[in-house]
Amino acid sequence: MAHIDIIGHQLADSLKKHNADYIEVHLEESQSSQITYRGKKLESVNKSSAVGGNVRAMVKGGWGFVSFNSLSNLPKRVETAVKQARFVSGGGSQLAEVEPSVDTVLIGTDNNPVLLPLADKKELLDRYNEIIWVTPGIQTSTINYGDGHKKSIFFSSAGSYIEQERADVTLRLTAVATDGNDVQQVGLSLGSRGDIRAIQDIDDKVEEMSRQAVEILSAPQVKGDKYTVVLDPVLAGVFVHEAFGHLSEADFVYENEQMRELMTLGKEFGGPGLNIVDSASLPGLRGSYKYDDEGVLATKTYLIKEGRLVGRLHSRETAAKMNEQPTGNARAINYRYPPIVRMTNTYIEPGTTSFEEMISDIKEGVYAKNWYGGTTSMEMFTFSAGEAYMIRDGKIAETLRPVVLTGNVFETLKNIDAIGNDLDMNQGGGCGKGGQMPLPVSNGSPHIRIQNCLVGGK
Amino acid sequence: MEKILAEARKVAEEAEVFYLSSEDTPVQFEANRLKYVQSKQTTNVALRIIKDGRLGYATVTDKKEVRNLVDAAVETAQFGMNAEFEFPSSTSYPVIETYDPAVEKVSTEEMSGLGEKMIATIRNGNPDLQCEAGLSKSTVAVNIINSRGGQADYKLSVFSMAVEGALIRGTDMLFVGEHQSSSHPITDTESLTAVVLRQLELAKYQAPVRTGLMPVIFTPYGIASALIQPLMVGFNGKIVLEGSSPLGNKLGQTVFDKRLTVRDDPTIDYRPASRPFDDEGVPSQRTTLIENGVATGFLYDLQTAALAGKKSTGSGGRHGGLPSPSSSAFVISPGDVTFDDMVADIREGLVVEQLMGAGQGNILGGDFSGNVLLGYKVENGKIVGRVKNTMVSGNIYQLLKQITAIGSETRWVGGFLQTPPLYLSGISVASK
Repeated sequence: MAHIDIIGHQLADSLKKHNADYIEVHLEESQSSQITYRGKKLESVNKSSAVGGNVRAMVKGGWGFVSFNSLSNLPKRVETAVKQARFVSGGGSQLAEVEPSVDTVLIGTDNNPVLLPLADKKELLDRYNEIIWVTPGIQTSTINYGDGHKKSIFFSSAGSYIEQERADVTLRLTAVATDGNDVQQVGLSLGSRGDIRAIQDIDDKVEEMSRQAVEILSAPQVKGDKYTVVLDPVLAGVFVHEAFGHLSEADFVYENEQMRELMTLGKEFGGPGLNIVDSASLPGLRGSYKYDDEGVLATKTYLIKEGRLVGRLHSRETAAKMNEQPTGNARAINYRYPPIVRMTNTYIEPGTTSFEEMISDIKEGVYAKNWYGGTTSMEMFTFSAGEAYMIRDGKIAETLRPVVLTGNVFETLKNIDAIGNDLDMNQGGGCGKGGQMPLPVSNGSPHIRIQNCLVGGK
Repeated sequence: MEKILAEARKVAEEAEVFYLSSEDTPVQFEANRLKYVQSKQTTNVALRIIKDGRLGYATVTDKKEVRNLVDAAVETAQFGMNAEFEFPSSTSYPVIETYDPAVEKVSTEEMSGLGEKMIATIRNGNPDLQCEAGLSKSTVAVNIINSRGGQADYKLSVFSMAVEGALIRGTDMLFVGEHQSSSHPITDTESLTAVVLRQLELAKYQAPVRTGLMPVIFTPYGIASALIQPLMVGFNGKIVLEGSSPLGNKLGQTVFDKRLTVRDDPTIDYRPASRPFDDEGVPSQRTTLIENGVATGFLYDLQTAALAGKKSTGSGGRHGGLPSPSSSAFVISPGDVTFDDMVADIREGLVVEQLMGAGQGNILGGDFSGNVLLGYKVENGKIVGRVKNTMVSGNIYQLLKQITAIGSETRWVGGFLQTPPLYLSGISVASK
């Protein structure tokens, strides 16, 4: 292996010699393994290792960025980044002041899932696949397991030198059922910050998922219309991430007068019971870390408190421009990209309503569960539920085909009229932005009820 | 590479080394101004082995890591699938032009100048428009060798240019944009900016939409965002082999409208998705998927083809793992109706340019459903304004059975699709 520690220390001392306002370097060593099943068989097993890094330089408000796999001739790459930054100079970018940090955040080899024997991982996945296949009506299945371990070194011309390790485990299972003409699928996504126990002993969930896939074959499709919709914690977590979380990323806002006006702190976005938080400093979740990719300490940031906008997520650049405090939300998916403003662990804080109370006065509505996907254009969002049911006269009624929900973020947040008491974090997601995907994040929420939500259908 | 192959052959019956290196220079504009100049160098080596009849696979970024690479591949081969195919031996490849040295020679100054020009043009008359632009030149080198004497390489150049604008008034947001790519340098900014200016013009006013069934014209972008993904999945040989493609048992049958012809084509000179051979070293070919409405073929890589008793169509693509059937560029043949005539034919309907989130539904079954991010209302043969809060849903297997009209003008979208507009009827539209 290349010794990024040795290279890092050598290069760190020379950064000040360059004629730039600021230079930072990331070096990274990573290992990962993936196991894929399609149908009854294990389809592929891969192991990968990568070494790479990047240099980011700022000269008079202009950015240069160089990424590489080859670690030879790094001083020349620093030179190139500085040259590029000088070409862009006059761009007006600035950085909020932060104290340089020197720190080491290790997780220990005991917590490296990549080192566990492939045979053990395979045995677990074989068991889940068998559970899917004993379900009558299953046409096929897919299982995607992935794990990774990453050691990264960050240092800057301002004197930071931070070494961090992190690990990640993800598991996605899909059961596909068919009745000859029609095909339906239900999926299950799980993940953890490297702890493989998070995906063990989920036999019941796998069984339920498989039955569900067969059941929705004979389910009707909802009529496209406005409904009172109740979201389960998984889907509400996706909703808060997609519909609101992205809007609170300051890079969408900081250089746009109209957006700044729209996102003025203090503005009312929802009812008094609505509180939304993003926090990388919560321990042990997939979006957790001590320092972000600009070497800034992680924080807990209230985005909405009692229905009012009170904060947003920042990089050093967006914080400087908006004259607010950095929040430690600059992240890059790997060394091939510069850090951009990202979410970490984002959730709606729990209220007091129980699920039974929430649905008790709905005459006709939709109960949407489980994540399938979601995307946003800031104002508009769509997200899709993996499972859906009609709610009739205060009770869960017939199963529906999976539904897609869409709406205007601002209206929809105001239309949340009940917040449950059952917060749950979903660790199975990955976020995409600016071509960087999937970034480990987690989302969470209690059950929530939304009035007047547009549901796509026949 | 030869050293890796030699080491791998000591422990495995067969081996293949795939080496990819690339240099990419993106120039990025944000908030109407130049923000970043970047350069990205990447290398990746993938080793695929067949040991005791089973497939093993590993990758590294440093080609000197021979020992680690071979060991990791051997470890995975304990559990890998049985290899049902042979690596292709030495063969001849079609001559396909994929590299223009002029791309590498475009300077950062020129790229930055093109970006500035695009932004200035579309903001002229639209001063509130917030623009982003991205230009990039890249060169990719692909090398492949295997233990059966197969050996091949090519270079690909790609130049791409994109411009996007956002217009925000209160909570109302409009997003417009255009992108183009080629294996030649692109210097004509006007062909991009004209598209954006027209989008801005058509979206000037908002028009109400009712909920119900109505005709919809999907523009090439609209097709890319709504219809193509389910189609690509349906023609994927692996999905067919599993029995989960609705087309699986319909080969030779008329499944679509008789005017619909679609092929997968990696053989067009100077297109970013073109290449003389696929990621397994199998020669590239045109594969007709739909001919006059009849399903005529599926896309296969070596392993899937062997399992299905077919021949590889040269469609093995690597997406960070083992090769699997992948489309290169979908080409939909043009029809005979102009876009303007389609619009003129509609009493009440929509034009869909961009559908957001369409790929989230049951793609396998052919469903799409999404929010109209950019689309227009048509009333009495005229586009009257932009629609909002509108959802469009349907199933491609039902809708493409009866196409009202196929457009006469085709264009490329994102390097992976060349298509005319499609005019479809009876589409479910939900609005509030």
